[in-house]
Amino acid sequence: MKIAYITYRRAVDSMRVRSTLAVIAASFACVACAASSVFASTELPAKSFRWSSRSDVFSMDPHSTNNGFNNTISSYVYEPLVIRGKTMAIEGALAVSWLPVDATTMRFKLRDKVKFHDGAAFSADDVVFSITRALEKTSDFSEYMQGIRGAKKIDALTVDIVSDVQNPTLLDQLTEIRIMNKAWAQNHKVLRPQDYKNGEETYTARNANGTGPFILKSREPDVKTVMIVNPNWWSKIDGAITEVIYRPIKSDATRVAALITGELDLVLDPPVQDLAKLKENRDIKILEGNENRTIFLNFDQSREELLYGSKGKNPFKDIRVRQAMLLAIDVNAIHKTVMRGLSLPTMSMIAPQVRGYTKDVEKRPAVDLVRAKKLMAEAGLANGFEVTFDCPNDRYINDIQICSAIAAMLAKIDIRVRLNAMPATLFLPKIQKSDTSLYLLGWGVPTFDSLNPLQALLRTKTKGTDGNFNFSGYSNAKVDALVEKLKTETDFKKRADLTREALLIDQADVGHIPLHHQVIPWAMRKNVTVVHRSDNGMWARWAVIN
Amino acid sequence: MLAFIIRRLLQSILVMLAVSFIAFSLFNFTGDPVALMLPPEATQLDREEVRKTLGLDQPFYVQFAVFVQNALQGNFGISLRLGRPVSQLLIERLPATLELATTAAALGLLIGIPLGIYTALKRESWTSNLLLTGSLIGVSLPNFLIGIFLILIFAVWLGWLPSFGRGEVTQLGLWSTGFLTESGLKALVLPAITLGFYPVTLFMRLVRAQMLEVLRADYIKFARARGLTNNAVYFGHALKNTLVPVITIAGLQLGGLIAFAIITETVFQWPGMGLLFIQAVQFADIPVMAAYLCLIGFIFVSINLMVDVLYYIVDPRLRTDRAGGH
Repeated sequence: MKIAYITYRRAVDSMRVRSTLAVIAASFACVACAASSVFASTELPAKSFRWSSRSDVFSMDPHSTNNGFNNTISSYVYEPLVIRGKTMAIEGALAVSWLPVDATTMRFKLRDKVKFHDGAAFSADDVVFSITRALEKTSDFSEYMQGIRGAKKIDALTVDIVSDVQNPTLLDQLTEIRIMNKAWAQNHKVLRPQDYKNGEETYTARNANGTGPFILKSREPDVKTVMIVNPNWWSKIDGAITEVIYRPIKSDATRVAALITGELDLVLDPPVQDLAKLKENRDIKILEGNENRTIFLNFDQSREELLYGSKGKNPFKDIRVRQAMLLAIDVNAIHKTVMRGLSLPTMSMIAPQVRGYTKDVEKRPAVDLVRAKKLMAEAGLANGFEVTFDCPNDRYINDIQICSAIAAMLAKIDIRVRLNAMPATLFLPKIQKSDTSLYLLGWGVPTFDSLNPLQALLRTKTKGTDGNFNFSGYSNAKVDALVEKLKTETDFKKRADLTREALLIDQADVGHIPLHHQVIPWAMRKNVTVVHRSDNGMWARWAVIN
Repeated sequence: MLAFIIRRLLQSILVMLAVSFIAFSLFNFTGDPVALMLPPEATQLDREEVRKTLGLDQPFYVQFAVFVQNALQGNFGISLRLGRPVSQLLIERLPATLELATTAAALGLLIGIPLGIYTALKRESWTSNLLLTGSLIGVSLPNFLIGIFLILIFAVWLGWLPSFGRGEVTQLGLWSTGFLTESGLKALVLPAITLGFYPVTLFMRLVRAQMLEVLRADYIKFARARGLTNNAVYFGHALKNTLVPVITIAGLQLGGLIAFAIITETVFQWPGMGLLFIQAVQFADIPVMAAYLCLIGFIFVSINLMVDVLYYIVDPRLRTDRAGGH
């Protein structure tokens, strides 16, 4: 069956090649006549909202690509049971209310009279189907499905979601699990999320059928995605727009130019160096928003000898060296000169928007080079040491400039840094093997809860998501115990206490050196109003054009 | 003649094999697509598994062998970034690149050749000097800078032309053309000028140099001695002989324009193959990179072949030379 399909596929492909060649020949002959027949220009409707950023979404399948940007676009068409509203608080979307039945079961009442874009009615079957689909092996959303065992239909508009153990972040997780129509998925044979590994394009990659505020009208990858407003949506969008046009533009200069010329209404990622110029423009405004992403430094604290550095004893194992680095790195200078004011310098490994954050984790010692040098000398490293610093150059705002600044700061206490700048495609696989001695990393918190960063970054690496992004070998049994408690504690006051305690232990150990939380500027035309979400999501349903 | 073409075709297969082999040996340096395919929360085990199913854990020569085997059956795999068959992606993007490259080449010929003739005939005039100085800029300025200047002037300041994209396209079967709509033609202007800048200056300088040389030849003196008019000498005798090398260069330039449209396409977000390739590089999308490089290799090889055949037809000396070596 499979082989037959592939052969069929190849036959189709080669036919396409042949007919393309024929068309090429024909159209060359026609170029001359074509040039003379120019049709009247088709003006865009006045109410489209046109925006752009550097890259395009990979797929429209709601369960196949899990990254912030993809999830944003996906949320135009598809809806989850619960969403984050303008204040990032959890609100009902396809669910209207929810109550725990017992410790591991949450019962959701679903919204009545909701219709999918193809006209089908929304019901509990679709929720059960979508939860099951997101649990499939090819789903990219395992992170959000953690601890969720499955869904059970109670009646047409009631669903139980069952967890393995008591799960305090269930609702946070469900904000990213979007609901598809079961019958539609069956008709188009997309019961499982797209599997890149099988080398097939599935129907869901370029077609979508959700319940959301926008209907996917056309999609040309890397060129243009057009969505029109869903007239039958159960709620109302803020603006009077009739369609959203997303067009990725890779070149920074061109993207900014297109905003200035008025071909775009909003640019999600204006280059930092252009902001000052853009602010001078009367037609443009900049909206700065705090992202819940924290940029920090980490270093190999477990190996006896550094993989990439001076021979001999690993200096990062000595807490005095780590303290000296903390005292030598001037985050305020980075804030002023490198980030041009666009950052929140911090001592905390979690951003203020993350649940569990408290202000008392922000006490950072002042920069003190004299004490730092003294600590280095006490550690027997008065002459310093050498180390290679792995740094991504296309991942975070001004990442490579931050790394250069840190290299210069560390040089003052005789830590001689060799900067190793790489694109994310090289950087991530390298550090994911812990094949590094010193690196810069950023961590955004998709669940908006402290468990996610503490578990991934601070906890000892074991299996699953425990210590999954702890590449430094940092390990403290007390932190581990606190993270374990966080996994099941449901009282948010107690969770905040556990979080603070873990963060303070990490600070005392100098297990990480936090630098800042990212501030993300969006550039838009003066007449545009949008809501800046701290997950950097640009939700067109809140866009208003005056 | 037939033996000659067959020999060249066999050679071109070797060239393409070499191109793809070198490409594969370089792919190790573009990094690991799995890093971007899976969410950060995926475990090391998940990653290893995906790597294994994609065959990325194999040494590059094994990956290369698998690629060649599949490519021979017309299967170039699936894009890791877009999740769609690579052949389909390339076919979709080919029209945009070809329309841009041929327009740029046409600009090069239609503007470059007359300017070359003019500067050769009016050597002393200040317009010639100005044009020659200007052409230096065209040769030395990088493409992306010209593109950004044009955007600044014609899109930002004057607001006459769009700064990016291809405008509305019309679908003629599988071929999408921008030639049939006003917005499509408008969108073509800036990228075509950007890409055409170099060929214009190149042809101008080439024609000028050839023309000056030809004008010194004996047969031109004889023509003048026969009392022919200036126009008959210049356009009847001199220009004809000037154009022979121009044909060769024009052919090769077209291949070059298709291949080097990458930068122009990136600046203008022109949805052609070059843009596809650049994005593939960033994502380490190996199937797309491999297929693109093979296709470009194929285009170069076939254009070369056509030029060779043209030469064979145009230049009688090649035909008598069959038996001996050089």
